[in-house]
Amino acid sequence: MQERSGFAQCQFKHSCLKVEMSSKTLSSGSIAQARRTVQQLRREARIERIKVSKASSDLMRYCGEHAKNDPLLMGIPTSENPFKDKKPCTVL
Amino acid sequence: MGEMEQLRKEAESLKDQITAARKAVQDSTLQEAAAGITVVGRIQMKTRKTLRGHLAKIYAMHWSTDSKLCVSASQDGKLIVWDSVTTNKVNAIPLKSSWVMTCAYAPSGNLVACGGLDNMCSIYNLKGKDGNVKVMRELAAHTGYLSCCRFISDTEIITSSGDCTCILWDIETGTQKTVFAGHQGDCMSLAVAPDFKFFISGACDFTAKLWDIREGTCRQTFGGHESDVNAIGFFPNGNAVITGSDDATCKLFDLRADQELITYQDSSIMCGVTSLAPSLSGRLLLAGYDDFNVNIWDMLKAERVGKYMWKLYIPLENGRKVDPAEDSEGSSRVAAGTEH
Repeated sequence: MQERSGFAQCQFKHSCLKVEMSSKTLSSGSIAQARRTVQQLRREARIERIKVSKASSDLMRYCGEHAKNDPLLMGIPTSENPFKDKKPCTVL
Repeated sequence: MGEMEQLRKEAESLKDQITAARKAVQDSTLQEAAAGITVVGRIQMKTRKTLRGHLAKIYAMHWSTDSKLCVSASQDGKLIVWDSVTTNKVNAIPLKSSWVMTCAYAPSGNLVACGGLDNMCSIYNLKGKDGNVKVMRELAAHTGYLSCCRFISDTEIITSSGDCTCILWDIETGTQKTVFAGHQGDCMSLAVAPDFKFFISGACDFTAKLWDIREGTCRQTFGGHESDVNAIGFFPNGNAVITGSDDATCKLFDLRADQELITYQDSSIMCGVTSLAPSLSGRLLLAGYDDFNVNIWDMLKAERVGKYMWKLYIPLENGRKVDPAEDSEGSSRVAAGTEH
C-alpha cells in the first residue's frame, strides 16, 4: 500500500474520499427514503421558535455577564498566567 | 398522483413552511440589536509555549477539561499527551494506523480516543494499572473515515464519519447505541452541547444538524453555507451554534430562533475555515483558515479584531490554547518563540 507519500498528498476532503453530494430533490432514491425525508421535515417544521430580537438580546447579555471572566478580553495578570515564564530571582 | 410525487410535493411544502416560520420570528437582526455596542479593542496575542515532538503534520488536538493537559494526533503515527505548562510529554502513544484525523480527551481525563482512515475509533486508557497506555477498545462499524470524535463520558463517545453518519457508542461493550443518519455528505466535525443532551454536526452537504442524543433524532437542520462545513462549535451557553466552511465564512445560528443570525466574512478572506473556537464569554470567535491564519472575530459585531499567522503565537482562550492554529496543515510545531 502506498504509505506516507500517498497520505501526504491526499487532502481527505478534496479527493476521492468525499462522497458525491446526492441530489437535493427526491427524484433519486427509494420511496422509503422519501418517506423518511418527509417525516424529518415534519419534525423540523413543528418546533417552537423564539423571536430573533430575544435570541439576540440573550446572547448579548451572556457576553456582557461573562466578559470579566474572559482572559482574552480582560488580559491575564502575570501572577495568574500558568503559561508565562516567571523571571528567576537573582541572588546577590 | 403516485406516492413518490405526493411525497415530493409534501417535502417542498414543508420546506416552505419552515422558511416562513423562520421569517415570522425575524422581528430584528443581531446586527440591529448590537448596533449600540462598540467593537472590542484589538486583541493582542502572545506566544507562550511551543510543544515540540511530533515528526509530521498534526491533524488534530483536544484540550483536557483541566486546561493544562492536551492530546494531539499526528501523521507520524503518534498520539501525544502534553502538559502544556511544562511542555513535557506525559504520554507518547504509538498508533496502529498513522492515518489519524481526529483525537479527543475524555472529560474525566482517564481516556483518549483517535481515528482516521482506518474507519475506526480507538480508545486508550491513560490510567491503566501497570502504567502502560494500551488500546482499550476499537470501535468499528463506520464505512468511511473517522473525521471527529468526542466523549460524553468514560462509557460513551460520539463519532462522525465520511460515511455521512454519526454514531453514539457504548465503549464498554464496543457496540453502536445509536446511528444518526440524515446528512447527505461526509460528516466533517461534531461538538457536544454543554448539557450533554445534544450534539451538532457539520457536513459536506453544506449543512449543520442538531441531534437529540437520547431520542436519536435530528431536531434541526441549518443551511446557508455554500460549501462544506468543516468546523463546528457551541456558543458557551449552548443556545447557539457556530460553523466554519470551505466557503470562507463562519456563521452563527441560534437554536431557539432556528436560524442564522450573522455571517463572519471579509472580501479579503478567500480560503476555507478549518477549525474554530469561541472565547469563554462568547464575545470572540477564533477561526483557523487554510492559509494558516487565525482570524479573531467580535461575534456580536461581526468585525475582525485580530489576525495572526500560526508561527507567531498561540492564541489563548480562557487561558487555554485553542485549536485553530494547530489544525492548519504544515507543521509539527504549534508555536514559535516566547519573546514578545
